[in-house]
Amino acid sequence: MRHSRFDTRLGLTATLAVVAFLIGPVLLSVTAGVTRNYFVGLSSGLTLDWIVQVWDLYADTIWRSYAVALATLAITTIIGVPAAWVLTLFPGRLSRLLEELLTLPVAVPGLATALALIVSWGSVGWLRSSVAFIVIGHVLFTLPFMVRAVRAGMQGADLMVLDEAAATLGASRRRRFFDIIVPAASSGIVTGALTVVTLSIGEFNLTWLLHTPLTKTLPVGLADSYASMRLEVASAYTLVFLLMLLPLMVGLQWIAARSTRHGGLGLGAST
Amino acid sequence: MTHPLTIRLDNCAKTWPDGTRALAPLNLSIDAGETLALLGPSGCGKTTLLRMICGLESADEGGRIRFGDDDVTQVAPEARGVGVVFQGYALFPNMNVAGNVGYGLKIRGVDAASRRRRVAEMLELVELEALAERRIDQLSGGQRQRVALARAIAIEPRVLLLDEPLTALDARLRQQLRVDLAKLLKTLGITCVIVTHDQEEAMMLGDRVAVMSAGRLEQLGAPETLYRDPASPFVADFLGTLCRLEGGEVATRHGVAALTFRPHEVELAPPGQGLPARVQARFFLGSHIRFELALADGQRFTALAAPDAIWQPGDTVSALIEQARVA
Repeated sequence: MRHSRFDTRLGLTATLAVVAFLIGPVLLSVTAGVTRNYFVGLSSGLTLDWIVQVWDLYADTIWRSYAVALATLAITTIIGVPAAWVLTLFPGRLSRLLEELLTLPVAVPGLATALALIVSWGSVGWLRSSVAFIVIGHVLFTLPFMVRAVRAGMQGADLMVLDEAAATLGASRRRRFFDIIVPAASSGIVTGALTVVTLSIGEFNLTWLLHTPLTKTLPVGLADSYASMRLEVASAYTLVFLLMLLPLMVGLQWIAARSTRHGGLGLGAST
Repeated sequence: MTHPLTIRLDNCAKTWPDGTRALAPLNLSIDAGETLALLGPSGCGKTTLLRMICGLESADEGGRIRFGDDDVTQVAPEARGVGVVFQGYALFPNMNVAGNVGYGLKIRGVDAASRRRRVAEMLELVELEALAERRIDQLSGGQRQRVALARAIAIEPRVLLLDEPLTALDARLRQQLRVDLAKLLKTLGITCVIVTHDQEEAMMLGDRVAVMSAGRLEQLGAPETLYRDPASPFVADFLGTLCRLEGGEVATRHGVAALTFRPHEVELAPPGQGLPARVQARFFLGSHIRFELALADGQRFTALAAPDAIWQPGDTVSALIEQARVA
Protein backbone atom coordinates (compact mmCIF):
# COMPACT_ATOMS: atom_id res chain seq x y z
CA MET A 1 0.00 0.00 0.00
CA ARG A 2 1.33 3.44 -0.88
CA HIS A 3 0.93 6.38 1.39
CA SER A 4 0.51 9.85 0.01
CA ARG A 5 3.10 12.41 0.99
CA PHE A 6 0.41 14.22 2.96
CA ASP A 7 -0.31 11.11 5.06
CA THR A 8 3.37 10.66 5.81
CA ARG A 9 3.77 14.28 6.89
CA LEU A 10 0.66 14.13 9.03
CA GLY A 11 1.90 10.97 10.73
CA LEU A 12 5.33 12.43 11.34
CA THR A 13 3.89 15.64 12.76
CA ALA A 14 1.55 13.75 15.06
CA THR A 15 4.36 11.52 16.30
CA LEU A 16 6.66 14.47 16.93
CA ALA A 17 3.89 16.27 18.76
CA VAL A 18 3.33 13.31 21.07
CA VAL A 19 7.06 12.95 21.67
CA ALA A 20 7.37 16.65 22.45
CA PHE A 21 4.43 16.39 24.82
CA LEU A 22 6.03 13.47 26.67
CA ILE A 23 9.69 14.44 26.57
CA GLY A 24 9.31 18.22 26.81
CA PRO A 25 8.58 18.45 30.53
CA VAL A 26 11.33 15.95 31.27
CA LEU A 27 13.85 17.98 29.26
CA LEU A 28 12.73 21.19 30.97
CA SER A 29 13.12 19.58 34.35
CA VAL A 30 16.55 18.22 33.49
CA THR A 31 17.60 21.65 32.23
CA ALA A 32 16.35 23.21 35.44
CA GLY A 33 18.52 20.78 37.40
CA VAL A 34 21.72 22.14 35.86
CA THR A 35 20.74 25.80 35.60
CA ARG A 36 22.20 28.19 38.19
CA ASN A 37 18.95 30.10 38.57
CA TYR A 38 15.95 28.76 36.75
CA PHE A 39 13.91 31.95 37.14
CA VAL A 40 16.61 33.96 35.43
CA GLY A 41 17.02 31.27 32.80
CA LEU A 42 19.94 29.58 31.04
CA SER A 43 21.73 32.97 30.88
CA SER A 44 22.50 32.55 34.60
CA GLY A 45 24.87 29.76 33.57
CA LEU A 46 25.10 25.99 33.98
CA THR A 47 26.21 24.24 37.15
CA LEU A 48 26.55 20.83 38.76
CA ASP A 49 26.15 22.35 42.24
CA TRP A 50 22.55 21.27 42.55
CA ILE A 51 23.45 17.69 41.76
CA VAL A 52 26.18 17.78 44.38
CA GLN A 53 23.67 19.18 46.84
CA VAL A 54 21.21 16.42 46.00
CA TRP A 55 23.95 13.90 46.58
CA ASP A 56 24.78 15.39 49.97
CA LEU A 57 21.16 15.48 51.06
CA TYR A 58 19.73 12.35 49.51
CA ALA A 59 22.55 9.90 48.73
CA ASP A 60 21.17 7.55 51.37
CA THR A 61 17.76 7.40 49.60
CA ILE A 62 19.50 6.46 46.35
CA TRP A 63 21.46 3.62 47.93
CA ARG A 64 18.38 2.52 49.85
CA SER A 65 16.34 2.43 46.63
CA TYR A 66 18.96 0.24 45.01
CA ALA A 67 19.07 -2.04 48.04
CA VAL A 68 15.29 -2.30 48.19
CA ALA A 69 15.15 -3.03 44.44
CA LEU A 70 17.79 -5.74 44.69
CA ALA A 71 16.17 -7.37 47.72
CA THR A 72 12.79 -7.23 45.96
CA LEU A 73 14.39 -8.75 42.88
CA ALA A 74 15.98 -11.58 44.86
CA ILE A 75 12.72 -12.45 46.59
CA THR A 76 10.51 -12.19 43.49
CA THR A 77 12.97 -14.36 41.56
CA ILE A 78 13.15 -17.03 44.26
CA ILE A 79 9.36 -17.11 44.60
CA GLY A 80 8.26 -16.10 41.12
CA VAL A 81 10.24 -18.44 38.88
CA PRO A 82 9.22 -21.69 40.61
CA ALA A 83 5.67 -20.33 40.95
CA ALA A 84 5.52 -19.65 37.21
CA TRP A 85 6.71 -23.19 36.50
CA VAL A 86 4.16 -24.74 38.85
CA LEU A 87 1.39 -22.70 37.21
CA THR A 88 2.62 -23.86 33.79
CA LEU A 89 2.93 -27.51 34.89
CA PHE A 90 -0.54 -27.71 36.38
CA PRO A 91 -2.85 -25.60 34.26
CA GLY A 92 -6.40 -25.59 35.52
CA ARG A 93 -9.01 -23.60 37.36
CA LEU A 94 -6.95 -23.46 40.55
CA SER A 95 -3.90 -22.10 38.70
CA ARG A 96 -5.97 -19.42 37.02
CA LEU A 97 -7.49 -18.44 40.35
CA LEU A 98 -4.03 -18.26 41.93
CA GLU A 99 -2.75 -16.11 39.12
CA GLU A 100 -5.69 -13.73 39.46
CA LEU A 101 -5.08 -13.51 43.20
CA LEU A 102 -1.44 -12.80 42.54
CA THR A 103 -2.39 -9.96 40.21
CA LEU A 104 -4.66 -8.33 42.79
CA PRO A 105 -2.03 -6.00 44.31
CA VAL A 106 -1.53 -4.48 40.85
CA ALA A 107 -5.20 -3.61 40.48
CA VAL A 108 -5.76 -2.48 44.08
CA PRO A 109 -4.38 1.05 44.68
CA GLY A 110 -0.97 0.94 46.32
CA LEU A 111 -2.26 3.03 49.19
CA ALA A 112 -4.84 0.36 50.03
CA THR A 113 -2.25 -2.42 49.92
CA ALA A 114 0.07 -0.39 52.12
CA LEU A 115 -2.70 0.30 54.57
CA ALA A 116 -3.55 -3.40 54.72
CA LEU A 117 0.11 -4.17 55.43
CA ILE A 118 0.27 -1.57 58.18
CA VAL A 119 -2.93 -2.86 59.74
CA SER A 120 -1.70 -6.44 59.78
CA TRP A 121 2.03 -6.00 60.52
CA GLY A 122 2.36 -2.42 61.75
CA SER A 123 2.35 -3.44 65.39
CA VAL A 124 5.48 -5.52 64.95
CA GLY A 125 7.82 -2.71 65.93
CA TRP A 126 11.14 -3.77 64.42
CA LEU A 127 9.43 -4.62 61.12
CA ARG A 128 7.46 -1.38 60.91
CA SER A 129 10.61 0.70 61.30
CA SER A 130 12.83 -1.37 59.00
CA VAL A 131 13.45 -1.27 55.26
CA ALA A 132 12.18 -4.86 55.15
CA PHE A 133 8.66 -3.49 55.49
CA ILE A 134 9.08 -1.56 52.24
CA VAL A 135 10.59 -4.61 50.58
CA ILE A 136 7.51 -6.66 51.53
CA GLY A 137 5.28 -4.04 49.91
CA HIS A 138 7.41 -3.98 46.78
CA VAL A 139 7.41 -7.78 46.53
CA LEU A 140 3.60 -7.83 46.73
CA PHE A 141 3.38 -5.24 43.99
CA THR A 142 6.06 -6.62 41.62
CA LEU A 143 5.65 -10.39 42.03
CA PRO A 144 2.82 -10.65 39.47
CA PHE A 145 5.00 -8.90 36.88
CA MET A 146 7.78 -11.42 37.47
CA VAL A 147 5.40 -14.39 37.30
CA ARG A 148 3.74 -13.08 34.13
CA ALA A 149 7.03 -12.43 32.35
CA VAL A 150 8.49 -15.82 33.29
CA ARG A 151 5.29 -17.65 32.31
CA ALA A 152 5.31 -15.94 28.93
CA GLY A 153 8.90 -17.12 28.48
CA MET A 154 7.95 -20.65 29.52
CA GLN A 155 5.02 -20.92 27.17
CA GLY A 156 7.10 -20.08 24.11
CA ALA A 157 9.40 -23.09 24.26
CA ASP A 158 7.83 -26.52 24.61
CA LEU A 159 9.10 -26.89 28.14
CA MET A 160 6.77 -29.70 29.19
CA VAL A 161 8.32 -32.02 26.61
CA LEU A 162 11.87 -30.97 27.58
CA ASP A 163 10.95 -31.66 31.18
CA GLU A 164 9.63 -35.10 30.28
CA ALA A 165 12.75 -35.85 28.25
CA ALA A 166 14.96 -34.93 31.21
CA ALA A 167 12.78 -37.10 33.46
CA THR A 168 13.27 -40.17 31.28
CA LEU A 169 17.02 -39.52 31.44
CA GLY A 170 16.80 -39.83 35.19
CA ALA A 171 16.72 -36.22 36.38
CA SER A 172 14.66 -35.40 39.48
CA ARG A 173 12.06 -32.65 39.37
CA ARG A 174 14.40 -30.26 41.17
CA ARG A 175 17.32 -31.10 38.91
CA ARG A 176 15.16 -30.64 35.81
CA PHE A 177 14.01 -27.25 37.05
CA PHE A 178 17.55 -25.92 37.39
CA ASP A 179 19.16 -27.74 34.43
CA ILE A 180 16.45 -27.36 31.81
CA ILE A 181 13.60 -25.08 32.80
CA VAL A 182 15.50 -22.10 34.20
CA PRO A 183 17.94 -21.83 31.25
CA ALA A 184 15.12 -22.26 28.73
CA ALA A 185 13.04 -19.58 30.45
CA SER A 186 16.05 -17.28 30.92
CA SER A 187 14.88 -14.51 28.60
CA GLY A 188 11.55 -14.34 30.45
CA ILE A 189 13.38 -14.28 33.77
CA VAL A 190 15.64 -11.43 32.67
CA THR A 191 12.69 -9.45 31.31
CA GLY A 192 10.85 -10.02 34.58
CA ALA A 193 13.91 -9.03 36.60
CA LEU A 194 14.36 -5.73 34.77
CA THR A 195 10.65 -4.96 35.12
CA VAL A 196 10.78 -5.68 38.84
CA VAL A 197 13.85 -3.48 39.39
CA THR A 198 12.39 -0.63 37.34
CA LEU A 199 9.06 -0.77 39.13
CA SER A 200 10.68 -1.03 42.54
CA ILE A 201 12.99 1.95 42.01
CA GLY A 202 10.11 4.12 40.84
CA GLU A 203 7.47 2.88 43.32
CA PHE A 204 5.87 5.73 45.30
CA ASN A 205 2.28 4.88 46.31
CA LEU A 206 3.05 2.02 48.65
CA THR A 207 6.37 3.35 49.83
CA TRP A 208 4.88 6.69 50.79
CA LEU A 209 2.80 5.00 53.47
CA LEU A 210 5.29 2.34 54.44
CA HIS A 211 8.39 4.49 54.93
CA THR A 212 9.64 6.13 58.10
CA PRO A 213 11.86 9.27 58.13
CA LEU A 214 14.81 6.90 58.36
CA THR A 215 13.73 4.62 55.52
CA LYS A 216 13.07 7.09 52.70
CA THR A 217 13.53 5.77 49.19
CA LEU A 218 14.39 7.84 46.14
CA PRO A 219 10.83 8.63 44.97
CA VAL A 220 9.79 9.50 48.51
CA GLY A 221 12.84 11.74 48.80
CA LEU A 222 11.85 13.28 45.48
CA ALA A 223 8.42 14.17 46.83
CA ASP A 224 10.11 15.55 49.91
CA SER A 225 12.44 17.73 47.86
CA TYR A 226 9.59 19.00 45.67
CA ALA A 227 7.75 20.02 48.81
CA SER A 228 10.60 21.59 50.72
CA MET A 229 13.55 22.47 48.44
CA ARG A 230 14.07 25.01 45.72
CA LEU A 231 13.04 23.93 42.22
CA GLU A 232 16.61 23.48 40.95
CA VAL A 233 17.43 20.88 43.62
CA ALA A 234 14.24 18.94 42.96
CA SER A 235 15.00 19.02 39.25
CA ALA A 236 18.56 17.86 39.79
CA TYR A 237 17.10 15.03 41.84
CA THR A 238 14.86 14.11 38.90
CA LEU A 239 17.95 14.07 36.72
CA VAL A 240 19.69 11.65 39.09
CA PHE A 241 16.60 9.49 39.10
CA LEU A 242 16.54 9.39 35.29
CA LEU A 243 20.22 8.49 35.17
CA MET A 244 19.50 5.54 37.43
CA LEU A 245 16.47 4.38 35.52
CA LEU A 246 17.55 4.91 31.92
CA PRO A 247 20.14 2.10 31.73
CA LEU A 248 17.50 -0.30 33.04
CA MET A 249 14.96 0.82 30.44
CA VAL A 250 17.50 0.51 27.64
CA GLY A 251 18.53 -2.91 28.94
CA LEU A 252 14.90 -4.01 28.92
CA GLN A 253 14.43 -2.96 25.32
CA TRP A 254 17.69 -4.58 24.28
CA ILE A 255 16.78 -7.90 25.85
CA ALA A 256 13.29 -7.83 24.38
CA ALA A 257 14.75 -7.22 20.92
CA ARG A 258 17.41 -9.89 21.38
CA SER A 259 15.09 -12.59 22.58
CA THR A 260 12.63 -12.06 19.72
CA ARG A 261 15.53 -12.48 17.31
CA HIS A 262 17.10 -15.54 18.93
CA GLY A 263 14.08 -17.03 20.63
CA GLY A 264 16.05 -17.23 23.84
CA LEU A 265 19.24 -16.08 25.41
CA GLY A 266 21.02 -19.38 25.13
CA LEU A 267 22.30 -18.98 28.68
CA GLY A 268 23.51 -21.92 30.64
CA ALA A 269 26.33 -24.39 30.57
CA SER A 270 27.00 -27.19 28.17
CA THR A 271 28.25 -30.72 28.67
CA MET B 1 24.94 -53.24 26.87
CA THR B 2 22.76 -54.51 29.67
CA HIS B 3 20.90 -57.74 29.22
CA PRO B 4 17.67 -57.13 27.26
CA LEU B 5 14.49 -57.76 29.18
CA THR B 6 10.87 -58.61 28.58
CA ILE B 7 8.13 -56.00 28.98
CA ARG B 8 4.75 -57.21 30.14
CA LEU B 9 1.62 -55.13 30.33
CA ASP B 10 -1.33 -56.71 32.12
CA ASN B 11 -4.78 -55.21 31.97
CA CYS B 12 -3.44 -51.73 31.23
CA ALA B 13 -6.13 -49.19 30.39
CA LYS B 14 -6.12 -45.41 30.29
CA THR B 15 -9.06 -43.14 30.97
CA TRP B 16 -8.58 -39.38 30.88
CA PRO B 17 -9.93 -37.27 33.76
CA ASP B 18 -12.86 -36.19 31.58
CA GLY B 19 -13.92 -39.84 31.18
CA THR B 20 -12.64 -40.42 27.63
CA ARG B 21 -11.18 -43.87 27.08
CA ALA B 22 -7.75 -43.54 25.48
CA LEU B 23 -6.91 -47.20 25.84
CA ALA B 24 -9.10 -50.22 26.46
CA PRO B 25 -7.66 -52.80 28.91
CA LEU B 26 -4.77 -54.39 27.12
CA ASN B 27 -2.41 -57.28 27.64
CA LEU B 28 0.83 -57.19 25.79
CA SER B 29 4.10 -59.00 26.09
CA ILE B 30 7.21 -57.71 24.37
CA ASP B 31 10.03 -60.21 24.13
CA ALA B 32 13.56 -59.46 25.28
CA GLY B 33 15.56 -57.89 22.48
CA GLU B 34 12.56 -57.61 20.24
CA THR B 35 11.50 -54.47 18.36
CA LEU B 36 7.76 -54.04 18.50
CA ALA B 37 6.11 -51.48 16.25
CA LEU B 38 2.88 -49.90 17.44
CA LEU B 39 1.04 -48.96 14.28
CA GLY B 40 -2.19 -47.06 13.94
CA PRO B 41 -3.83 -43.82 12.89
CA SER B 42 -3.44 -40.74 15.10
CA GLY B 43 -5.58 -40.91 18.22
CA CYS B 44 -5.57 -44.72 18.35
CA GLY B 45 -3.78 -44.74 21.72
CA LYS B 46 -0.35 -45.85 20.56
CA THR B 47 1.49 -42.86 22.02
CA THR B 48 -0.47 -43.22 25.28
CA LEU B 49 0.68 -46.83 25.47
CA LEU B 50 4.28 -45.75 24.90
CA ARG B 51 3.99 -43.07 27.59
CA MET B 52 2.64 -45.67 29.98
CA ILE B 53 5.68 -47.88 29.41
CA CYS B 54 8.11 -45.05 30.24
CA GLY B 55 6.02 -43.83 33.16
CA LEU B 56 5.00 -40.42 31.83
CA GLU B 57 1.39 -41.64 31.98
CA SER B 58 0.03 -43.95 34.64
CA ALA B 59 -2.27 -46.87 33.86
CA ASP B 60 -5.76 -46.97 35.32
CA GLU B 61 -6.27 -48.83 38.58
CA GLY B 62 -5.64 -52.55 38.10
CA GLY B 63 -3.06 -52.23 35.34
CA ARG B 64 0.40 -53.67 35.85
CA ILE B 65 3.61 -53.08 33.95
CA ARG B 66 6.60 -55.32 34.45
CA PHE B 67 10.15 -55.06 33.14
CA GLY B 68 11.52 -58.58 33.47
CA ASP B 69 10.70 -59.50 37.07
CA ASP B 70 10.40 -55.89 38.30
CA ASP B 71 6.95 -54.44 38.75
CA VAL B 72 7.47 -50.84 37.59
CA THR B 73 3.79 -49.79 37.69
CA GLN B 74 4.45 -47.32 40.52
CA VAL B 75 7.98 -46.38 39.52
CA ALA B 76 8.54 -42.75 38.43
CA PRO B 77 9.86 -42.17 34.90
CA GLU B 78 13.23 -40.96 36.20
CA ALA B 79 13.81 -44.32 37.91
CA ARG B 80 12.64 -46.64 35.12
CA GLY B 81 15.83 -46.57 33.06
CA VAL B 82 13.97 -46.18 29.80
CA GLY B 83 15.53 -44.38 26.84
CA VAL B 84 12.97 -42.33 24.94
CA VAL B 85 13.24 -40.60 21.58
CA PHE B 86 10.43 -38.06 21.53
CA GLN B 87 8.46 -37.11 18.47
CA GLY B 88 9.92 -33.59 18.23
CA TYR B 89 13.21 -34.94 19.70
CA ALA B 90 12.96 -32.61 22.74
CA LEU B 91 16.66 -31.76 22.65
CA PHE B 92 17.78 -29.30 25.32
CA PRO B 93 18.38 -25.97 23.57
CA ASN B 94 20.70 -24.71 26.32
CA MET B 95 23.19 -27.53 25.77
CA ASN B 96 25.28 -28.49 22.76
CA VAL B 97 25.24 -31.92 21.12
CA ALA B 98 27.71 -33.47 23.57
CA GLY B 99 25.84 -31.86 26.47
CA ASN B 100 22.59 -33.41 25.36
CA VAL B 101 24.05 -36.87 24.83
CA GLY B 102 25.92 -36.76 28.14
CA TYR B 103 23.08 -35.34 30.25
CA GLY B 104 21.73 -38.69 31.45
CA LEU B 105 25.26 -39.76 32.42
CA LYS B 106 25.85 -36.51 34.29
CA ILE B 107 22.64 -37.14 36.25
CA ARG B 108 23.95 -40.60 37.10
CA GLY B 109 27.11 -39.04 38.50
CA VAL B 110 29.43 -40.50 35.86
CA ASP B 111 32.77 -38.66 36.08
CA ALA B 112 33.74 -36.21 33.33
CA ALA B 113 36.38 -38.42 31.68
CA SER B 114 34.20 -41.53 31.38
CA ARG B 115 31.36 -39.33 30.28
CA ARG B 116 33.42 -37.83 27.49
CA ARG B 117 34.46 -41.28 26.35
CA ARG B 118 30.91 -42.60 26.37
CA VAL B 119 29.56 -39.52 24.53
CA ALA B 120 32.25 -39.92 21.85
CA GLU B 121 31.32 -43.59 21.53
CA MET B 122 27.61 -42.73 21.12
CA LEU B 123 28.29 -39.99 18.58
CA GLU B 124 30.41 -42.41 16.61
CA LEU B 125 27.56 -44.90 16.64
CA VAL B 126 25.20 -42.35 15.07
CA GLU B 127 27.97 -40.87 12.90
CA LEU B 128 27.96 -37.40 14.41
CA GLU B 129 31.52 -37.30 15.82
CA ALA B 130 32.27 -34.03 14.05
CA LEU B 131 29.29 -32.19 15.53
CA ALA B 132 29.90 -32.70 19.25
CA GLU B 133 30.30 -28.99 19.94
CA ARG B 134 27.42 -27.79 17.74
CA ARG B 135 24.43 -25.99 19.17
CA ILE B 136 21.11 -27.74 18.67
CA ASP B 137 19.68 -24.97 16.48
CA GLN B 138 22.59 -25.48 14.08
CA LEU B 139 21.56 -29.06 13.32
CA SER B 140 19.40 -30.41 10.50
CA GLY B 141 16.32 -32.52 11.22
CA GLY B 142 18.13 -35.78 10.52
CA GLN B 143 21.05 -34.80 12.77
CA ARG B 144 18.67 -33.89 15.57
CA GLN B 145 17.00 -37.26 15.25
CA ARG B 146 20.36 -38.99 15.66
CA VAL B 147 21.34 -36.82 18.64
CA ALA B 148 18.05 -37.75 20.30
CA LEU B 149 18.78 -41.41 19.64
CA ALA B 150 22.33 -41.12 20.98
CA ARG B 151 21.04 -39.34 24.09
CA ALA B 152 18.49 -42.08 24.72
CA ILE B 153 20.91 -44.99 24.38
CA ALA B 154 23.84 -43.30 26.18
CA ILE B 155 22.27 -44.19 29.54
CA GLU B 156 22.30 -47.90 28.58
CA PRO B 157 18.54 -48.08 29.00
CA ARG B 158 16.77 -51.32 29.81
CA VAL B 159 14.17 -50.45 27.20
CA LEU B 160 14.24 -48.09 24.22
CA LEU B 161 11.10 -46.27 23.16
CA LEU B 162 10.77 -44.28 19.95
CA ASP B 163 7.77 -42.05 19.31
CA GLU B 164 7.35 -41.36 15.58
CA PRO B 165 11.14 -41.07 15.27
CA LEU B 166 11.14 -40.29 11.56
CA THR B 167 7.87 -38.44 11.03
CA ALA B 168 9.40 -34.96 11.25
CA LEU B 169 11.81 -35.66 8.37
CA ASP B 170 11.32 -35.35 4.63
CA ALA B 171 10.56 -38.44 2.58
CA ARG B 172 14.02 -39.07 1.09
CA LEU B 173 15.83 -38.70 4.41
CA ARG B 174 13.22 -40.86 6.07
CA GLN B 175 14.00 -43.72 3.69
CA GLN B 176 17.71 -43.50 4.48
CA LEU B 177 17.36 -43.15 8.26
CA ARG B 178 14.84 -45.98 8.37
CA VAL B 179 17.50 -48.34 7.03
CA ASP B 180 20.13 -46.93 9.42
CA LEU B 181 17.78 -47.22 12.36
CA ALA B 182 16.87 -50.82 11.52
CA LYS B 183 20.56 -51.69 11.42
CA LEU B 184 21.27 -49.87 14.69
CA LEU B 185 18.41 -51.58 16.53
CA LYS B 186 19.73 -54.95 15.40
CA THR B 187 23.22 -54.03 16.68
CA LEU B 188 21.93 -52.85 20.03
CA GLY B 189 19.76 -55.90 20.58
CA ILE B 190 17.75 -53.93 23.11
CA THR B 191 14.03 -54.37 23.77
CA CYS B 192 12.47 -51.60 21.74
CA VAL B 193 9.01 -50.17 21.13
CA ILE B 194 8.49 -47.87 18.21
CA VAL B 195 5.34 -45.87 17.60
CA THR B 196 4.46 -44.96 14.04
CA HIS B 197 1.52 -44.29 11.75
CA ASP B 198 3.58 -45.28 8.72
CA GLN B 199 2.96 -48.92 7.76
CA GLU B 200 6.18 -49.22 5.77
CA GLU B 201 8.18 -47.94 8.75
CA ALA B 202 6.42 -50.37 11.07
CA MET B 203 7.00 -53.31 8.76
CA MET B 204 10.67 -52.47 8.21
CA LEU B 205 11.60 -51.78 11.82
CA GLY B 206 9.31 -54.06 13.77
CA ASP B 207 10.06 -57.72 14.39
CA ARG B 208 6.40 -57.75 15.26
CA VAL B 209 3.76 -55.15 14.54
CA ALA B 210 0.83 -54.31 16.79
CA VAL B 211 -1.94 -52.64 14.83
CA MET B 212 -4.08 -50.39 17.00
CA SER B 213 -7.36 -48.66 16.35
CA ALA B 214 -9.57 -46.57 18.63
CA GLY B 215 -7.74 -47.53 21.83
CA ARG B 216 -7.70 -51.25 21.06
CA LEU B 217 -5.16 -53.76 19.86
CA GLU B 218 -6.50 -55.05 16.53
CA GLN B 219 -3.84 -57.60 15.72
CA LEU B 220 -0.32 -58.48 16.78
CA GLY B 221 2.08 -60.45 14.65
CA ALA B 222 4.98 -60.52 12.25
CA PRO B 223 4.63 -57.99 9.39
CA GLU B 224 4.13 -60.75 6.82
CA THR B 225 1.45 -62.45 8.84
CA LEU B 226 -0.47 -59.19 9.22
CA TYR B 227 -0.22 -58.47 5.53
CA ARG B 228 -1.10 -61.93 4.27
CA ASP B 229 -3.56 -62.89 6.94
CA PRO B 230 -5.19 -59.78 8.39
CA ALA B 231 -7.61 -60.46 11.22
CA SER B 232 -9.93 -57.60 10.33
CA PRO B 233 -10.70 -55.34 7.36
CA PHE B 234 -9.13 -52.49 9.34
CA VAL B 235 -5.78 -54.27 9.58
CA ALA B 236 -5.94 -55.31 5.94
CA ASP B 237 -6.66 -51.80 4.80
CA PHE B 238 -4.14 -50.16 7.10
CA LEU B 239 -1.31 -52.33 5.78
CA GLY B 240 -1.54 -51.29 2.15
CA THR B 241 -4.48 -50.84 -0.19
CA LEU B 242 -7.19 -53.45 -0.07
CA CYS B 243 -9.80 -53.70 -2.84
CA ARG B 244 -13.18 -55.26 -2.48
CA LEU B 245 -15.65 -56.28 -5.18
CA GLU B 246 -18.97 -57.98 -4.66
CA GLY B 247 -22.18 -59.30 -6.23
CA GLY B 248 -23.23 -59.59 -9.87
CA GLU B 249 -20.38 -60.44 -12.18
CA VAL B 250 -18.11 -61.45 -9.29
CA ALA B 251 -20.65 -63.96 -8.01
CA THR B 252 -21.18 -65.57 -11.38
CA ARG B 253 -17.52 -65.80 -12.32
CA HIS B 254 -15.92 -66.61 -8.97
CA GLY B 255 -18.84 -68.23 -7.25
CA VAL B 256 -18.40 -66.07 -4.10
CA ALA B 257 -20.35 -63.20 -2.60
CA ALA B 258 -17.36 -60.87 -2.45
CA LEU B 259 -13.67 -60.70 -3.31
CA THR B 260 -10.95 -58.88 -1.44
CA PHE B 261 -7.51 -58.53 -2.95
CA ARG B 262 -4.51 -56.25 -3.14
CA PRO B 263 -3.76 -54.17 -6.23
CA HIS B 264 -0.67 -56.20 -7.15
CA GLU B 265 -2.74 -59.38 -7.15
CA VAL B 266 -4.65 -58.27 -10.23
CA GLU B 267 -3.44 -59.19 -13.69
CA LEU B 268 -4.81 -57.23 -16.64
CA ALA B 269 -5.44 -59.07 -19.92
CA PRO B 270 -7.24 -58.45 -23.20
CA PRO B 271 -11.04 -58.73 -22.85
CA GLY B 272 -12.54 -62.17 -22.70
CA GLN B 273 -11.12 -64.17 -19.79
CA GLY B 274 -11.67 -62.48 -16.42
CA LEU B 275 -13.84 -59.73 -14.98
CA PRO B 276 -14.57 -57.18 -17.70
CA ALA B 277 -13.48 -53.70 -16.54
CA ARG B 278 -12.90 -50.31 -18.04
CA VAL B 279 -9.68 -48.32 -17.47
CA GLN B 280 -10.56 -44.99 -15.89
CA ALA B 281 -7.12 -43.62 -15.11
CA ARG B 282 -3.50 -44.58 -15.63
CA PHE B 283 -0.59 -43.33 -13.49
CA PHE B 284 2.95 -44.07 -14.56
CA LEU B 285 5.06 -44.49 -11.41
CA GLY B 286 8.38 -45.69 -12.80
CA SER B 287 8.65 -49.19 -11.38
CA HIS B 288 5.00 -49.89 -12.14
CA ILE B 289 1.80 -48.41 -13.53
CA ARG B 290 -1.20 -47.87 -11.34
CA PHE B 291 -4.57 -48.36 -13.04
CA GLU B 292 -7.88 -47.20 -11.64
CA LEU B 293 -10.58 -49.48 -13.04
CA ALA B 294 -14.37 -49.84 -12.84
CA LEU B 295 -16.69 -52.78 -13.41
CA ALA B 296 -19.78 -52.35 -15.59
CA ASP B 297 -21.90 -51.88 -12.44
CA GLY B 298 -19.69 -49.01 -11.27
CA GLN B 299 -17.60 -50.78 -8.57
CA ARG B 300 -14.07 -49.43 -8.63
CA PHE B 301 -10.74 -51.04 -7.85
CA THR B 302 -7.01 -50.53 -8.32
CA ALA B 303 -4.49 -52.66 -10.15
CA LEU B 304 -0.70 -52.46 -10.38
CA ALA B 305 0.87 -53.54 -13.65
CA ALA B 306 4.38 -53.75 -15.05
CA PRO B 307 5.71 -50.48 -16.56
CA ASP B 308 5.26 -51.84 -20.09
CA ALA B 309 1.47 -52.29 -19.77
CA ILE B 310 -0.20 -50.91 -22.86
CA TRP B 311 -3.69 -50.07 -21.56
CA GLN B 312 -4.98 -46.53 -21.80
CA PRO B 313 -7.95 -44.78 -20.18
CA GLY B 314 -11.14 -45.82 -21.95
CA ASP B 315 -9.85 -49.30 -22.89
CA THR B 316 -11.81 -52.34 -21.88
CA VAL B 317 -9.70 -55.04 -20.24
CA SER B 318 -10.31 -58.14 -18.23
CA ALA B 319 -9.03 -58.43 -14.70
CA LEU B 320 -7.66 -61.75 -13.55
CA ILE B 321 -7.58 -61.78 -9.79
CA GLU B 322 -5.10 -64.26 -8.33
CA GLN B 323 -5.03 -65.43 -4.75
CA ALA B 324 -8.50 -64.02 -4.42
CA ARG B 325 -9.75 -64.25 -0.87
CA VAL B 326 -13.32 -64.72 0.13
CA ALA B 327 -14.37 -61.85 2.31
